Amino acid sequence: MLCRTANELFWMSRHIERAENMARMLDVTYRMSLLPYEVVEPGLAWAEPWSVPLVTSGLATEYYERFAELSAQNVLRFLILDATNPSSIFCCLRAARESARSVRGAITSEMYEDLNSAWLEIRRVDFARVEADGVSEFLDWVKMRSHLFRGVTFGTMLRDEAYHFIRLGTHLERADNTARILDVKYHTLLPSAADVGGAVDYYQWGALLRSVSGFESYRKIYSDVITPRRVAELLILREDMPRSLHACMNFIHETLERICDPSTREVERSAGELHAKLHYGKTDDIIRFGLHEYLVDFLARISTLGNDISRHFLVPSY
Amino acid sequence: MLTAAGLARSHYLPFSGWLEKTPPARIAQKRDEAERAFHRVGITFAVYGEDGGTERLIPFDIVPRIIPADEWKLLERGLRQRVQALNLFLHDIYHEQAILKAGRLPAERVLNNAQFRPEMRGMDVPGGIYAHIAGVDVVRAGEGEYYVLEDNLRVPSGVSYMLENRKMMMRLFPELFATQSIRPVQHYPDLLLENLRTVAPSGEELPTVAVLTPGAHNSAYYEHAFLAQQMGVELVEGQDLFVQNETVYMRTTRGPQRVHVLYRRVDDDFLDPRAFRTDSMIGVPGLFAAYRAGRVTLANAIGTGVADDKSIYPYVGEMIRFYLAEEPVLNNVPTYLCHRAEDRAYVLEHLPELVVKETHGAGGYGMLVGPASTAAERETFRARILAHPDQYIAQPTLALSTCPTFVESGLAPRHIDLRPYVLSGKTVDLVPGGLTRVALREGSLVVNSSQGGGTKDTWVLAG
Repeated sequence: MLCRTANELFWMSRHIERAENMARMLDVTYRMSLLPYEVVEPGLAWAEPWSVPLVTSGLATEYYERFAELSAQNVLRFLILDATNPSSIFCCLRAARESARSVRGAITSEMYEDLNSAWLEIRRVDFARVEADGVSEFLDWVKMRSHLFRGVTFGTMLRDEAYHFIRLGTHLERADNTARILDVKYHTLLPSAADVGGAVDYYQWGALLRSVSGFESYRKIYSDVITPRRVAELLILREDMPRSLHACMNFIHETLERICDPSTREVERSAGELHAKLHYGKTDDIIRFGLHEYLVDFLARISTLGNDISRHFLVPSY
Repeated sequence: MLTAAGLARSHYLPFSGWLEKTPPARIAQKRDEAERAFHRVGITFAVYGEDGGTERLIPFDIVPRIIPADEWKLLERGLRQRVQALNLFLHDIYHEQAILKAGRLPAERVLNNAQFRPEMRGMDVPGGIYAHIAGVDVVRAGEGEYYVLEDNLRVPSGVSYMLENRKMMMRLFPELFATQSIRPVQHYPDLLLENLRTVAPSGEELPTVAVLTPGAHNSAYYEHAFLAQQMGVELVEGQDLFVQNETVYMRTTRGPQRVHVLYRRVDDDFLDPRAFRTDSMIGVPGLFAAYRAGRVTLANAIGTGVADDKSIYPYVGEMIRFYLAEEPVLNNVPTYLCHRAEDRAYVLEHLPELVVKETHGAGGYGMLVGPASTAAERETFRARILAHPDQYIAQPTLALSTCPTFVESGLAPRHIDLRPYVLSGKTVDLVPGGLTRVALREGSLVVNSSQGGGTKDTWVLAG
């Protein structure tokens, strides 16, 4: 297939996944902000719950260029509907729809119609309405539209190269975003050191699990209290958990095996290496290495893999 | 639709009977449904001159235009004859120029025409076909005879609306199709692909066809994508192609892949910055050299614009007589060429009755409809004609046929035209139907979508 087409499809699915995960990130922040916390050092803005989505998505600088104060309302405005912030949910959906429009022959008409109607809907939403209807209501809508699009894709599309590049985009983005969401806990301070393992800690981990649809799975698997060690295991190493890093790397590696030929074997090899690290990884090692450090390292590797895919398939230099 | 006595013509009777029996509320609901569906499917076009990224719907009217079997038979015969003659003409003027030597057409009208491409002289194209896809605009007027208004031989558009309108009508009113014999048009993309394959460079068993588009911001982008998808071929932009050793390749995820036939929806001028406009950002450097070497087929060929130019139009009848030794089946509208002194004098004297068009104009831009014009508009055109007489032609205002159409006040007659699509490859083919455009403003004769025109489904009845 055309490189340009593959590139647009890859980014179409990345942007939809990004919109969904932005909604998840805001969801966990919103839930955590409802829990009690104390300002440890006044003026230490990054310690506030609403700074967390800005820090983990790397948008703090852009935010403070536009807003003087950190407030729930400003952060939500900035990350949900801001047409000038390329990472806002609005811009992600717009970019996804633009990509789909420019290669609409490569996807099924059901897929295009579904994405187009999501776009037509969000275009009519203003912030006052989001607040009036409830933030969670809107975030649920975003997640639902993403599920719907994935379902339409799964149910209508030929399993050809176009499909593989869509899958590749989805899982690469999801791996990146799950790692960032998991890292949220690192940035969220507890009222005091004595609270580690206490009630607030427990609720924060619970909120994080819920935001990646992992709360019920956690209960099913462990039937026990929530511990950071198990949350890390669930979201990093368990391959039966669809948003875990391991599950994402399974998809990515498997897809690259299908689309790589001898000239692009190197991309498959480096994906395989990252996959093996998760496949044979141990929770104890991750905890010993430091969860935050582990996630930072993973984010760097997944970003390199994305660049390699781009160079070999999407934007070739010949 | 109505006879002179104001009665519905007989082939409209089943439909008007159905319309009378159907509650207005249901019709209104269906019209709503159609609009929502067109929006969701994204059948939009961009409007030039409006803010960037403007996407608009072309208004769709649910009352079909119906053509009886015998009328279509005549139309079809006339269209085949016309397009055949036009292809022979194009081959001739880029080779022997017999028609010019015989004095049947003034040589300077062809050779000095801005659309004549000297680069094409002496070059052979597969099958001698230049206009692979022709969109011929016809109207029914006067006593019911058909007139050709314009032969569109460059990159005629609109066929996707023909197909989508039919799909919409079948979805909204399946009962109408169940009770009448309406000939299908949905196989057009198959016919197109088949035709394009037959004109591939010789020796290609399984030629690769692609649709070349200027990109997502082009007003007809929806159609380009639609046709590529329906034919199951790649939709490419200039940046997706490159030329090496006079061979055209696409950049694919598995490396370069050769292309044999390009159904190009890019104008001649922008195809190749090395051969034509050097500032073209949407072209493919080296494409023309590959074309001249016979390594790729362009559909339509380069240089077809000289045959659909409005100043050449009056001679199409002569072409039919010259190349086919037949009398034209379809009428031409009498045309006054303003560069002729006596024609010009007549035109300037009769401006309020005439339609004045620019010879190179398209899309309904730059035209004067005499009966609807103001004195000031006529004065502007008088000055323009006097300054550049060779850029203008004029035609009498035809009493165009009308078709009932939903407007704000309810059903009212509105003027319509018809654009059937004629495909030429090894054979000449067309599907029974075309795009019916309707002028939505009362009394207006301008049906172009850029001027507020709408479209209708076109039903050709089985005989």
